[in-house]
Amino acid sequence: MDQQPPIPPSDLKLLGSWADSHTHRVQLALKLKGLPFQYQEEDPLRPSAALLLHNPVYENLPVLLHRGCPVLHSTIILHFLDDTWPLHRLLLPSDPFDRATARFWSHFADDKLAPAVAAVFSSAGDGQRAAVDQVHQNLKLLERELGDGGAFAGRRFFGGDEIGFLDIVLGCGSYWLAVFEEVMEVKLVDPEAFPRFHAWLRDFEDQTEVKETIPAIDKLLEYARAVRQMMLGGGAAAAAAGGDNAATN
Amino acid sequence: MAEVVVLLDLWVSPFGQRCRIALAEKGVAYEYKEEYKEEDWTNKSPLLLQSNPVHKKVPVLIHDGKPVCESLIIVQYIYEVWSDGAPLLPADPYARAQARFWGDFVDKKIYECGTRLWKLKGEAQQEAKKELIEILKLLQAELGDKKYFGGDAFGYVDIALVPFCAWFYTYKACGGLSVEAEVPKLAAWGRRCMERESVAKTLYDPLKVYEFVCHLKKKYGIE
Repeated sequence: MDQQPPIPPSDLKLLGSWADSHTHRVQLALKLKGLPFQYQEEDPLRPSAALLLHNPVYENLPVLLHRGCPVLHSTIILHFLDDTWPLHRLLLPSDPFDRATARFWSHFADDKLAPAVAAVFSSAGDGQRAAVDQVHQNLKLLERELGDGGAFAGRRFFGGDEIGFLDIVLGCGSYWLAVFEEVMEVKLVDPEAFPRFHAWLRDFEDQTEVKETIPAIDKLLEYARAVRQMMLGGGAAAAAAGGDNAATN
Repeated sequence: MAEVVVLLDLWVSPFGQRCRIALAEKGVAYEYKEEYKEEDWTNKSPLLLQSNPVHKKVPVLIHDGKPVCESLIIVQYIYEVWSDGAPLLPADPYARAQARFWGDFVDKKIYECGTRLWKLKGEAQQEAKKELIEILKLLQAELGDKKYFGGDAFGYVDIALVPFCAWFYTYKACGGLSVEAEVPKLAAWGRRCMERESVAKTLYDPLKVYEFVCHLKKKYGIE
């Protein structure tokens, strides 16, 4: 089998933010594929000159630079990693129908689930109850797919025996469910209502590479509390302080 | 054994048209099934509800009984299954990533902004017009002097964007946005795409699209 030459760490540079789930997706993917990279921490509220240069359309994170050339959007980056390093562990399935299914649910995660989860965090009262309900509706759909007759029936992970593209997309972000449950005092992932999703998430978070990627929960809690305080009128300083403390500890 | 390919669709849908163009480019025989009889958006066939239970929307490609949903996912699927002939994406991984980026950009921006342009009035419409011009200018800059977004080869970004060419007349008639005046190179690209049989046979006359929009506006009491 052909071997690809070793990759110099300077070939890959990731611009990201420590509390950003899309950044975690790329960090996890790079780790799973065994690709060395440099990391540059960015402040999403104060984009650097490099970020503005490489992502003028959206000015957001993450940005992966490969030999100085920018690749944008976490899911596009994951496709890029497979295209560029096909001999390293593949993230996407090889069957076209499985790929289409993984892409569909990845889009669902970003288009439906994530905004619903964010709405839980940014709302109160009746609005929050509606947002929680929406999260439950979305989780029900995923729970169904993990069950008999579903697209991922009988699998430990969405990728099969090992974590893959969809696990990375769904998993990096699902930790916010536990964080928001605590900060907002709501029940989002009830193990009785969503046993398969709960089991999948637990197995995902137990993976070595995942533990090395996702920040400690107390840092995420501190960050979330600070942002919530800011939303409720505590001021930008509170959020920045929470973010800085959590990032440097 | 012959493959069975079915496309659940709506005649005027630019998203459905992406799939029809891809199928035509690949010479795949399929059965076309029109949804929403008599423009009743609640009139969804049992097959549609069963095939896309999450979103209950067209287009849906059903290949040997297995449904694939969402237009750009369907387009990628078509090219991955019927992989002979011209590829959808460039060979170079970085160029592929760029194509995916711009395909996603078209998907996120054009329909939503275009809808605001023909639906709204006054300041909100002017805002939509300004935004759409910026979006089209970014795309024109990305096109540059190339024949297609993919270079010499008609590909992913071209397929993502070309159905909206049939909406340019509506953007002008409803919102005063002249694509020809604002982004002439993009307008020229649109005309080049229309020279392809797959596109010419799929896109409807812009006047028909405009008629459809006027009918919608009347139906929903927007005027």
